[in-house]
Amino acid sequence: MHVPDGFLDAPTSIATGLVAAAGVGIALRKARAELDDRTAPMAGLVAAFVFAGQMMNFPVGAGTSGHLLGGALAAVLVGPWTGALCLSVVLMVQALFMADGGLTALGTNITLMGLVGVFVGYAAFRLALLVLPRNVSSVPVAGAIGALVSVPAAAAVFTALFAAGGTADVPLGTVLTAMLGWHTVIGAGEAAVTGLVIGAVVASRPDLVYGARGLAAAKAPLVLPDAEPVRGGLA
Amino acid sequence: MGAGHGSGLPGGTGQGRTLVYRAPAHVKILVLLAFVLTVVATPREWFGAFGGYLVAILGVALLVARIPFGWLAKRMVIEVPFLVFAALMPFVVRGPEIEVLGVGLSEPGLLAAWGLAAKGTIGVLASLTLAATTEPVAVLAGLQRLRMPDLIVQIMGFMVRYLSVVTGDLQRMLTAMRSRGADPRSPRHWPALARTLGALFVRSYERGERVHLAMLSRGYDGRLP
Repeated sequence: MHVPDGFLDAPTSIATGLVAAAGVGIALRKARAELDDRTAPMAGLVAAFVFAGQMMNFPVGAGTSGHLLGGALAAVLVGPWTGALCLSVVLMVQALFMADGGLTALGTNITLMGLVGVFVGYAAFRLALLVLPRNVSSVPVAGAIGALVSVPAAAAVFTALFAAGGTADVPLGTVLTAMLGWHTVIGAGEAAVTGLVIGAVVASRPDLVYGARGLAAAKAPLVLPDAEPVRGGLA
Repeated sequence: MGAGHGSGLPGGTGQGRTLVYRAPAHVKILVLLAFVLTVVATPREWFGAFGGYLVAILGVALLVARIPFGWLAKRMVIEVPFLVFAALMPFVVRGPEIEVLGVGLSEPGLLAAWGLAAKGTIGVLASLTLAATTEPVAVLAGLQRLRMPDLIVQIMGFMVRYLSVVTGDLQRMLTAMRSRGADPRSPRHWPALARTLGALFVRSYERGERVHLAMLSRGYDGRLP
């Protein structure tokens, strides 16, 4: 669901292009501070993963299908800055190599999905962690809440952009209600898949999950009999 | 970059002998950008102008670049969701209504629908022409010449390079799911699909680490030759 050319007028497209360029520039610097010279291969592979995840289509009814957007998912897995960078690169590749999303709308798409989707999702994730028990098993739940919030948030910003630079005079209240209602449903699906995927990664490699850093393990580590210190001897 | 791995992207249709194909990528990107900006900025009442744009882009795509029509048509489906959105316009836009087959349609809504459909379609055709006539590697070199930050180009390069590897990984895992009677698209099997995607993330992340180490061992210092 990428915005094509001509959906928003030229001034709005250019303005969102500037916002996107600034956002990507900051994300680039922050991601490099964290990943150092691993940035290119790591971000590239995570971007490829996000793209592959977006290939999974789910029937939504009426012959249409929806897919994972992955903003909150990427934010929780690799952190908001690297996540925003990866989502932005995915959108660039889709616009330049697949005509998915207009070239003049690239800034709009990056702003909506790469910046709003990732950062609102991450903020909601952090807020949810504050109220949930402070251990790793809260991460998937908080991630799902982040995904649930991020999708309607991006839809709301799109509606605001459409009000400012839209090419049709539509009753905004109605559009906002329709967009929020519809995208809350999509967000619920996004939340379910996001939470389950984060849960799967947390279960196998909690050390890789950015959002789980500094949290205690859910259960006390299993102590196997042969892992006990050898007693006797000197005692 | 390794042989035998298609990128999974359009990246040239094999009609590699035409002028459009041989033009430098950075020129093509700039021409494309100028063209779509012009289309977007054209008032939608100028019906003739859009006819001209359509003839121009189809002429370049089909006659000069010799892109097979079927190739274009197959990839045009990407804009279908937005054509649906455009088709809703006559029903939701406020304004004087006209009667068409007994249904009241708003006049400015029809105009808006026309504008969205025309601009969107021409934009998709133009972008597809670039995708069809330019190898992904050439697009990346073109972006570099246009002063796109080097790190962004590198990340795009790694993404494009490993896209087929990662999506191939996913396809094999989905095949394994299906062969065990699961339907990855059904919400009933979302937990299994989620574990698949979780495993795909771990594999991709670890692959990134291995690629980085391999690069270091070949003297990588943050810049690609």
